[in-house]
Amino acid sequence: MVVDTVLWSRLVTGLTLSFHVIFATIGVAIPLMVAIAEFVGIRKKDNHYTLMAKRWTRGFVISVAVGVVTGTAIALQLALVWPNFMQLAGNVIALPLFMEVFAFFFEAIFLGIYLYTWDRFRNPYLHWLLTVPIVLGAAMSASFITSVNGFMNQPGGFVLEAGQFMAVHPLQAMFNEATPSKVFHVLASAYMTGAALLAGIAAFSILKKGATDYAKKGLKLMMGVLLLFSFLTAIAGDTSAKFLAQHQPEKLAAAEWHFKTEQGADLIFLGWLNAEREIMGALHLPKALSFLAFSDFNAEVTGLDEFPVDEQPPLLVHYLFDAMVGVGFALLALSALFFLLLLWKKRNELNRWMLRAIVFGVPLAFLGVELGWFYAEVGRQPWMIRGYMRVEEAATTSPSIMILFFAFLLLYILLGTMCVFVLRRLFRDNPAEAELEKAAKAKPDSLRSEQAQEEGDPVS
Amino acid sequence: MSYEILGISVLWIFLYGYLIVASIDFGAGFFAFYARLTGNDHLINRLISRYLSPVWEITNVFFVFFFVGLIGFFPDAAHYYGSALLVPGSIAIILLAIRGSFYAFENYGSKKNIVFLFLYGATGLLIPASLSVALVLSEGGFISETNRVVTLDYLALFTSPLAWSIVGLALTSVLFISASFLAFYASRADDKPALELMRGYALFWSTPTIIAAFTSVLYLSQHNNRHFQNMMDLWWLLGLSVFFFLIVLWLLFKGRRYGLAFIGLMLQFLSAFFAYGIGHYPYILDPYITVQGGATQEAMGIALVVVFIAGLLLLIPSLALVFRLFLFDADYVKGKK
Repeated sequence: MVVDTVLWSRLVTGLTLSFHVIFATIGVAIPLMVAIAEFVGIRKKDNHYTLMAKRWTRGFVISVAVGVVTGTAIALQLALVWPNFMQLAGNVIALPLFMEVFAFFFEAIFLGIYLYTWDRFRNPYLHWLLTVPIVLGAAMSASFITSVNGFMNQPGGFVLEAGQFMAVHPLQAMFNEATPSKVFHVLASAYMTGAALLAGIAAFSILKKGATDYAKKGLKLMMGVLLLFSFLTAIAGDTSAKFLAQHQPEKLAAAEWHFKTEQGADLIFLGWLNAEREIMGALHLPKALSFLAFSDFNAEVTGLDEFPVDEQPPLLVHYLFDAMVGVGFALLALSALFFLLLLWKKRNELNRWMLRAIVFGVPLAFLGVELGWFYAEVGRQPWMIRGYMRVEEAATTSPSIMILFFAFLLLYILLGTMCVFVLRRLFRDNPAEAELEKAAKAKPDSLRSEQAQEEGDPVS
Repeated sequence: MSYEILGISVLWIFLYGYLIVASIDFGAGFFAFYARLTGNDHLINRLISRYLSPVWEITNVFFVFFFVGLIGFFPDAAHYYGSALLVPGSIAIILLAIRGSFYAFENYGSKKNIVFLFLYGATGLLIPASLSVALVLSEGGFISETNRVVTLDYLALFTSPLAWSIVGLALTSVLFISASFLAFYASRADDKPALELMRGYALFWSTPTIIAAFTSVLYLSQHNNRHFQNMMDLWWLLGLSVFFFLIVLWLLFKGRRYGLAFIGLMLQFLSAFFAYGIGHYPYILDPYITVQGGATQEAMGIALVVVFIAGLLLLIPSLALVFRLFLFDADYVKGKK
């Protein structure tokens, strides 16, 4: 690998995206969890759930700020680091980029209103209704951005004439063939990760401070959501693999180390390559790849041999792919096990090993998201826009990009540290139990004004 | 009206919107820091955070919107500005990131931290200074292209009196706009001490703003005479701007009708900003990108305009709701909610 401006450009973008995607995932997922908790709280008239929604929102505001600033960074970096890509693709794919900003704008406005109006409505459902535009705005902006990524994989909606994209159909470009399966996969896995995060926090608090009602309710609610979305993520992953087999076979072939086109292809799990590029020590599942790709054990699966060597993705993506799939199934198994223990009365679903596993699920889920995106991006190599523009044609030529890598690295370390520091202080000094106690002591009326002070006026 | 003209008009209006809302935000940072140094912070910091906490993300989106829209309507801008602005643009990103995230962090952290306040104040000045450089570059003479490699002549930029006068104009405008708005907000909150302080700041920064404006126009005439002549043809818009400025000054001096004063100030900047923008036409980057030559394909242009209108229909009622809740709800402004 040559260390040149193209590599540095990739590193800068990869760095920003790896950092941003953590907060973007939180930003997409938490609003749904807040909406669920607030709704359950109103339905059951149980202020534990209401407090949950409030506390999650407070944490969310901190992380969403990091998401906003890193999102701004990547929006600008697209033009600064990949000027030729944006010049060419801007003609075709500007529409969803533009709409993403609107969707986020919409979300930000209602988030601002939601935060500062906890006690301004007599009917609690009215306040809950404010979560709808937030959840929708977040999901829409994720979908629009994902459709841009879809376009890079499956460019469509134009005709190439003399190096220019002509006869542009913006909607066709936006709803390219990759968009539906990608959006499904991104949203399902984001919600899965958000649920894993909140369940992990509840489990952590039970491990540390014992099983309070508040933590138990939060854990059970989020494990339920986790079960649902890890199941949906598995389906989305399957849809994505089937899509790749049909439309982007080199990406699937690289991930599965499927070198030769054949019928009844084996699924290869893990393993390594020796010097002659032979697969060693892997688990072979006979004909499983054909089945996964086409729901038919004897279907023909396109192999890497049908693509010129300089258009093949790096074989390293096999590990990214296997690890991502592993994470997805681990989370599905984790949540299924939790409910099995819960239903099987003799067992205790709150045993320490179960709780530790749920806490461990938090880094695991985020790792899964990172692995998935690394696979998506590295698996598209060497293309920036598949079939039309290679990465090296798209990148900036400025050598300053190397220094900028370190500047951004420093920035993200600073932001990440600050974020963790502020979140810790926010919740450690103000545990849920203390808030509940305070609420129980105060009369309903004075409670309201006190909380209004807390929510509406964060400056104390 | 052709879609290119429509596109650039929409973008220019958005940039104007960003100029106003961002100036309020940036200037507030400087005032918060300055007030702390002079021991007046107890008077205004509460006021500042009450207005800015709910709206900073909205301000930020205005910027991203303009930026993404510019590249959407005029993809060539990505090639030229993107290549030339890699370093200054990245510095602006880092400053914006520090400012934006600290906004959220400080809400739950300590307001007393002087390092934070310094960063808040310093970024409030550095960001508008660095963003205004893009306007300087658009005048031409700093960016050049050979064999599709775009370079920025830093020496010419840093020694250009036009560049420094526009940076100066950006800074003084930020402080003038911000102080006038905060005076208005303080008057709504019936906060007499804060009002007096902000009124003083507003009056103080009014004269440097107008001096910087005249200096910039003067240097523009030397640097890009075509643009200058076009602006002189729009003398009535410039005259209107000065007229509004005098009204603002008079109202501030008399100490009444702060809302009207702020509207006057918005009109002052609106007319000047459009005189500048219309004079700039047809160039987006002199001489490389023109509105007609650099525009995107018609299908995309129309799609963007349609989305823009649909988006506005969605956003204007939502923004109106925000303003009703936070800006014009007297109880919220006074801190009772």
